[in-house]
Amino acid sequence: MAKRAFTIIAALLVAAAVVVPVVAVLWRGGGLGSLSAADWSALRFTVWQAFWSATISVLLAIPVARALARRAFWGRSVLISVMGAPFILPVIVAVLGLLSVFGGKGIINLALEQLNLHQMNIYGPHGVVIAHVFFNLPLAVRLILQGWLAIPSERFQVAASLSASVFWLLEWPMLKRIIPGAFAVIFVICLGSFAVALTLGGGPRATTVELAIYQAFKFDFDLAKAASLAVIQLLLGGVAGLIALFLTQGDFLGAGLDRVVQRWDGSAWVDGLWISCAALFLLLPLGAVVVAGLPGILSLPDSIWPATLRSLAIAITAAVLTIVLALPLATRAGEIASLFGISVSGLVLGTGMFLLLQPFVRPQDIALPVTLLVNVLMSLPFVLRIIRPGIENAQSDFGRLGQALGLEGWALWRIVYLPRLRKPLGFAAGLTAALAMGDLGVITLFSRPGEGTLPLFMYQLMGAYQMKAAYAAALLLVTLSLALFWVFDRAGRTHADI
Amino acid sequence: MRNYLLTVAGLLFANAALAQTPVLTVYAPDYFGSEWGPGPSIEVAFEKRCGCDLEYQTGDLLPRLLLEGSRTEADVAIGFNTDVMKRARETGLFAPHAVDTSALTLPLQWHDDTFVPFNYSHVAFIYDNTKTQGFDSFEALLNAPDDLRIVIQDPRSSISGLALVLWVNAVYGEKAEEAWARLAPKIVTVTKGWSEAYGLFTDGEADVVLSYTTSPAYHIIAEEDLTKSAAIFEEGHYFIVESAAKLASTDKPELAHQFMEFILTEEFQTMIPTTNWSFPAALSEDKWPEGFQQLPMPEDVLFYSEDEAAALRETAIEAWRSALSQ
Repeated sequence: MAKRAFTIIAALLVAAAVVVPVVAVLWRGGGLGSLSAADWSALRFTVWQAFWSATISVLLAIPVARALARRAFWGRSVLISVMGAPFILPVIVAVLGLLSVFGGKGIINLALEQLNLHQMNIYGPHGVVIAHVFFNLPLAVRLILQGWLAIPSERFQVAASLSASVFWLLEWPMLKRIIPGAFAVIFVICLGSFAVALTLGGGPRATTVELAIYQAFKFDFDLAKAASLAVIQLLLGGVAGLIALFLTQGDFLGAGLDRVVQRWDGSAWVDGLWISCAALFLLLPLGAVVVAGLPGILSLPDSIWPATLRSLAIAITAAVLTIVLALPLATRAGEIASLFGISVSGLVLGTGMFLLLQPFVRPQDIALPVTLLVNVLMSLPFVLRIIRPGIENAQSDFGRLGQALGLEGWALWRIVYLPRLRKPLGFAAGLTAALAMGDLGVITLFSRPGEGTLPLFMYQLMGAYQMKAAYAAALLLVTLSLALFWVFDRAGRTHADI
Repeated sequence: MRNYLLTVAGLLFANAALAQTPVLTVYAPDYFGSEWGPGPSIEVAFEKRCGCDLEYQTGDLLPRLLLEGSRTEADVAIGFNTDVMKRARETGLFAPHAVDTSALTLPLQWHDDTFVPFNYSHVAFIYDNTKTQGFDSFEALLNAPDDLRIVIQDPRSSISGLALVLWVNAVYGEKAEEAWARLAPKIVTVTKGWSEAYGLFTDGEADVVLSYTTSPAYHIIAEEDLTKSAAIFEEGHYFIVESAAKLASTDKPELAHQFMEFILTEEFQTMIPTTNWSFPAALSEDKWPEGFQQLPMPEDVLFYSEDEAAALRETAIEAWRSALSQ
């Protein structure tokens, strides 16, 4: 029962950390504001694009994850790591990278021009979806791949000896359990899109709720309206979470002896094609980011290093804190509570925290801890999505055995569960660290000059016309994020591939 | 325990020592206080004069001041754009500046007892003069072939984007929506802020970008690149000014006043062009850096008073929105 109490406390903490700031903004704004017709159409577009972005990300991720699960080839693990990069790129850099491939003067259109073919136009609702798939396909692939790798090899042997369909017997039940959660997380991330949706959407038709919040804050200073929109975001996030839980079903596939899976099914050609397409789609824009960043890398100012160190410290601390908080939260209720964290605008969250803390401390003195807290809240849903299936498997497979052996509490976790969770925990910690590293976050709301983070540094360079240096800073940022991700992810996988 | 007491005593003593140097707290936008903005050199210059410690706090100026109200620590706030000045004035948080503004060299008459302007620019379309032909009027831009690729900023999230819709309104009035409809096919996309749009332009994704008349100066001075030009329109250009104000609640009124006066001195003004990449508000043209002196200047300056702009804003944005949503 002690575990139950932990869960409740952790869930309440998370909910409070999100809801209280929103309430603070509401209170200061004097209640809910009314929404205009333009706000409602922004809301419709927001939900529409989030739905399609999540649907397509997940649908495309299924064949890619399956191909990665059943093929072994040289460089596979590096490819899986690097393919995750779009998810952790700073938005502005990712957009410029995407457009240097898909834009009017991008690689694809240059090739089409050479071939005298009709040019493609990326700008429009389809562009918004393509960009969001670019960002979220890596996450979807990793979540689903993890489900595939968790199917015990003994099960495949049984399927083989029965000549049964691997898909219906093993893969479909696994997908039914993984997909709703993956969809919900991506849907909620896309609800918060603003700069990407606007730029790729080509204009005011692609107006999202987040843009309306930004406008309400920066131009109209209409806190009531900003808070109302944040409440809508909360509701949407909550509903998405509930629907996902309702749809999540499928059986556990039972325990195995962790033997290496030997696959015989599927066409190597088809799998190869899926992997190549996904790799091209994700890596070409990334290549553009690298090419743009290299020329300026040696002339970066020295002042970038303190900012880099601050970002690294935030990233590592965020990873540790998130994991500590996630272990007790890895339940249904915990997952819903955590979805609130990414559904609310960072702007509202930051302003709410500012309002709450301002009577007690100078906001700029706690800019870094607040940034850290917001990063933890934002990463929790991913982390829970990553570790929950593993925890449930471990509990259903080994919980009784552990009890029979008289193991409980910390000993049960240390001896039985944690070793089985190394992979998801490593991946989750890596993802959190990388996300925190790249997040501009609430630091823009209140800080002191010379105390910024690496992403802030990059945005400042851009604002000062120094595009070349900004791209170099972005390259440094991506490289360090990926390195952090790789170190954590690798630490989880070492000795786990028994 | 004794060590602890010593530490506490040390901290107290340090605070007492610090307290002898008064601190002037200046709120400023992030770009102003950043390493590349004018903030750091202004800090050094002012500290030499005042025997005080100037401390910037950066972030969104007006939202933060509105949240803090009269409890704010700020003594001075610098970096208000024309579009937020009305809202800022209405808060009643600021005191009259009492600075002699006769030295101003703005292209139009400026009288304001609260805000002291420190730099200005005009919105303009920037293009690469080796690839694109220039435009000498708004009409010429509207008549350009539809395969011209223009990127602008969103008037709902960006200052320059808002200045553009006011500009179109000033030039075309009733026919603003029609003008937008003619421009729409050439607008590749709309971005959240200036940086994204300018990045798309320097990356070659756009031929023309909405920026400022002063943007080419950066390329001329910092990169020795003469290929970027601002198209100067005969209908005139919309004007943006940035200003500073003194907080009424300041507990260091003399120091704050001294800073306000410092803004219009030659020392302050000469730092502006190559750090904020805009025209100084009180400096004769012969004292500008050479790259700035070369810049072509608009003959006419278009500007709405803050009350006019506030009244027009919604209509002007709506004309933009409906024409670009077709």
